[in-house]
Amino acid sequence: MSLLKIEGLRKSFGKLEVLRGIDLDIAEHEVVCLIGASGSGKSTLLRCVNLLEPVDAGRIMIGDEEITARGVDVNRIRRGIGIVFQAYNLFPHMSVLENVTLGPRKALGTPRSTADTEATELLARFGLADKRNEYPDRLSGGQQQRVAIVRALALKPDVMLLDEVTSALDPELVAEVLNVIRELAAGGMTMLIATHEMGFARDIASRVCFLDDGVILEQGPPAQIFSTPGEPRTRQFLDRIIEAGRL
Amino acid sequence: MKIFCIAEAFILVFALLLAVLRSLPGPVFFPVRALAIAYADFFRGVPTILVIALLGFGAPALAIDGIPTSTTFWGVVSLVLIYTAYVSEVYRAGIESVHPSQEAAARSLGLTRGQALTSVVLPQAVRRVIPPLLNDFIGLQKDTALVGILGSVEAFKQAQIEVSADFNFTHYLVAATLFVAITIPLARFTDWLVARDRRRRLAGSLA
Repeated sequence: MSLLKIEGLRKSFGKLEVLRGIDLDIAEHEVVCLIGASGSGKSTLLRCVNLLEPVDAGRIMIGDEEITARGVDVNRIRRGIGIVFQAYNLFPHMSVLENVTLGPRKALGTPRSTADTEATELLARFGLADKRNEYPDRLSGGQQQRVAIVRALALKPDVMLLDEVTSALDPELVAEVLNVIRELAAGGMTMLIATHEMGFARDIASRVCFLDDGVILEQGPPAQIFSTPGEPRTRQFLDRIIEAGRL
Repeated sequence: MKIFCIAEAFILVFALLLAVLRSLPGPVFFPVRALAIAYADFFRGVPTILVIALLGFGAPALAIDGIPTSTTFWGVVSLVLIYTAYVSEVYRAGIESVHPSQEAAARSLGLTRGQALTSVVLPQAVRRVIPPLLNDFIGLQKDTALVGILGSVEAFKQAQIEVSADFNFTHYLVAATLFVAITIPLARFTDWLVARDRRRRLAGSLA
């Protein structure tokens, strides 16, 4: 049974139609990578799934609950969906530990001592134990993004959405973040990942979706998409990536 | 100084409330926003001395039971009404300076709009506007002199009494010195905060 199911999703910003009917089915433990040019709708799709953007048409199901239905408690839904942003979006006035425990304490009502212990364990698991009391501006971009991932994980989400999480990083810091995501995948986390890291997508994805102009033009196992894409648009996109030395 | 401190405490709270009301989103809150805007526009537009005279002389003259007749009380009320309008604008600038992605990050963790506001947006907003807030309090400190027209005895009024007693205008100098003695440290403190903030931000961008 699918964990996340998207049907006929449409989203416009003013006159600009960004998503023009997205259908996507993600099973538990599946890692789905969204590739495509900037502006193809990858980020918007993720923000819609997290209900940060209201959808215009279509529906999104988590398990057998329609989360886009009227009257659904969006806060409850969001607790089950972790999202990590391109620009980290850590809270600059809070220490690393406070960043990670804010969700559990405020949204789940976890007592501070429990939240602190759990957060410390999570931080240690991702090599951030010694950064516990630092403030975000004292951390490298890679460390900040790892904290952002831990912050999302602290709510024990059923699914993680990653929105170009390495795009703002210096090249030498990309690997440490990708390794964290690999570890999550190995642990069976269901993930929907928008990425420009094609090599990474090829390694980690159970399925790759090529987004073009607001629709999923083509999808399949990474081996198929990257070596024998069916659509000319996909081939064109990948050729340009290869030309740039990114695959 | 007492007038200043009491007024100050109320202003900080009311102004924050007003700023939050004004930043409420959606058409449902339109009337609330409109009222908050009307309030801020009105009390920023009216001369302070007019409000003080109106409330200070007018309210006690109504001689309604249960309404305080203390001129100091009405002086403080006038200052609170006026400065709440100014300070709420400062807070609002602070709230708007916090990038929307911060609220989005908080909401994505399942926090309600109110929780996102109190835990994430306001702490950052208030920190950023501390220097301009202090600037307004220097102004408030000076404007407490206006309450003197009501007969409450603050430093300027005291000086007037002394001057009329012996025609020695040095009392005004003393009063002026008293005001400056309070406002200058406040001004330097503001400068220091701004400088510290800038140092921190520079350190942050290098990291």
